[in-house]
Amino acid sequence: MSLRLRLFLILALATGAIWFSAVMWIEHSTRAQVTKVLDARLAEAARMVSSLLSDRRIAMAGDGSPVAIPLDPHGDYAHQLSCQIWSLRGTLVGQSEGAPAGQLTGAHGTGYSESTVGGETWRVYTVENAALGVRVMVGDSIGVRERLVSGVIEGLLLPMALILPLLAAAIWISLGKGLAPMHRLAEALRLRSPSDLAPLPVGPVPAEMRPMRSALDGLFARLSRAREAERDFTAFAAHELKTPLAGLRTQAQIARIAPDAATRTRALQNIERSVDRTDRLVRQLLELSAVEREGAAQDQLDLGQLSAEICADLAPLAEARDVMLVSDVPEGSAQPLAASGFLLHAALRNLVENAVQASPVGAKVRISCDGKVLAVEDSGPGIPEALRARACERFVRGTQGGDGSGLGLAIASAAMERLGGELRLPPSDGQGQRAELHLPRAG
Amino acid sequence: MRILIVEDDPVLSEGLSVGLGLSGFTADSVATLEDARAALAATRFAGVVLDVMLSDGSGLELLAEIRRGGSDLPVLLLTARDQVRDRIEGLDAGADDHLGKPFDLHELAARLRAILRRAEGRAASVLRWNGLELDPSRLRGEYNGAPLAFSRREFAVLHALMERPGQILSKPALEERLYGWQEEIESNTVEVHVHHLRAKLGREFIETVRGLGYRVAAEG
Repeated sequence: MSLRLRLFLILALATGAIWFSAVMWIEHSTRAQVTKVLDARLAEAARMVSSLLSDRRIAMAGDGSPVAIPLDPHGDYAHQLSCQIWSLRGTLVGQSEGAPAGQLTGAHGTGYSESTVGGETWRVYTVENAALGVRVMVGDSIGVRERLVSGVIEGLLLPMALILPLLAAAIWISLGKGLAPMHRLAEALRLRSPSDLAPLPVGPVPAEMRPMRSALDGLFARLSRAREAERDFTAFAAHELKTPLAGLRTQAQIARIAPDAATRTRALQNIERSVDRTDRLVRQLLELSAVEREGAAQDQLDLGQLSAEICADLAPLAEARDVMLVSDVPEGSAQPLAASGFLLHAALRNLVENAVQASPVGAKVRISCDGKVLAVEDSGPGIPEALRARACERFVRGTQGGDGSGLGLAIASAAMERLGGELRLPPSDGQGQRAELHLPRAG
Repeated sequence: MRILIVEDDPVLSEGLSVGLGLSGFTADSVATLEDARAALAATRFAGVVLDVMLSDGSGLELLAEIRRGGSDLPVLLLTARDQVRDRIEGLDAGADDHLGKPFDLHELAARLRAILRRAEGRAASVLRWNGLELDPSRLRGEYNGAPLAFSRREFAVLHALMERPGQILSKPALEERLYGWQEEIESNTVEVHVHHLRAKLGREFIETVRGLGYRVAAEG
């Protein structure tokens, strides 16, 4: 349902309900007022007749035949007020013209009563005149009273029936006007091309829509940044893949045209090495993207076990380079981690892999743990001071011309960032590099 | 023709060295801008194959330095970014040619030969002198109509002498063109190569200028 229709229905129903209650209220109070006024009239008229009888201004027929009482006013309500005078013995002494044939009420004492005479309901006031031995009854028809009340209500309902549609139309049009800024925003959004992530056009915005608008602008900005980063990354990755491809092609050509077996064998070895490196590059690209996608989780992590696992994983690599991998992290102490263990695994694994690659033959790589800090130490040449600030950027490699993809530290750094921790690379004295993974405080 | 390769990818760098060696070049390779500066200061190269993205900076920086120093050293840029914009940037920075990765080794060698030739002020690829036609693209020659094969080093010596006919080249200058840093310079090798060349071309084709070096004899 559209917001406009929804608001319209709410407003129309609310207006209708308020009108209806107002009518009910007016009807009720009109009825009460009419009853009060007409009751007073009945009583007054009855007392008047009774006092006229006492003053002998109206003569009572001695023979007991009814006399006519010239009581009634004129107009619409003619014949509606009726008067009867009965003797206490129960004979009709006199009555007004048009009074019903039967006794108006069976009630005896002075006071109001209601009765049905000739199929009509009457409201009657009786005055007992004990001195004259008569009862004076003055009554009017309840139907007349109802007509009075309904006349008032009809007078209200007619303008209401005319006004309500006008009011509905006014509400409908005002809602359209009121919601126009939203339509404009929706239109602006609808007409946007998928690549357009610029902020929404500036212009006056209603206060209610400002939060939505700034939230949208914020979303656009974030999307735009993410997309830019992705584009950069894709372009970068494509270029990074071209260099090993160039190496592969060159080596393949050499293998084809090599004048001797040694050159050919060497070229083929280089092809294998290049395929391995490219494979690692692709694996690390995927790992980096997995690290960046990794959502929040809660893991219990045994740092010692993690460290031992990674050492076992990288044992073949270490062996091939004759590097000793040592884990000094005690097992059996599970750490609560405010993220998935995958992230810490990725960070530590890449640091250890880097350390092994950087180590000279026969050297040692040591993983240690001190509270919330996991450290990896090697005895390689260390990260040159000039490169240290950029070392964690993607595709930034050491200057030693090694087999690195330039992604290891980028992955470790991105993973630690996701974890809420930090990767620190203290300055190296050229006698080895230390890399520290600072885990976040448990929370 | 001694070429400096500046490339930080070890497999590609080695491939370039070996591949250009097979095409008759003598190639030395370095992986960083810093090493490239040192190499250019220490040795006379005929040309440079320069990668743009290096670990310690952009190859274009080095190119700009070379051109600022007033050098016309032929430079061929290698780059993984091969958009028109990148090519224009490279050529405007003073590169003589541009090749996108991955590339064909033969094309690289041909382009290198072309920019080296132009640096020497020649356009024709085949060198001609005294009845000898030398084709650097095939490392072969034709002497008075008969095909002649040369070893890589023999060809390099002959090529060096025929680039500037009549100019005397000293033995160390020839050695510098023949051997990269990794290679041991054997004593007397230049003499040995000249000896072999004279056996193929006759004694008079290459003259020994006592105490100075060698040159090709005047045409006649």
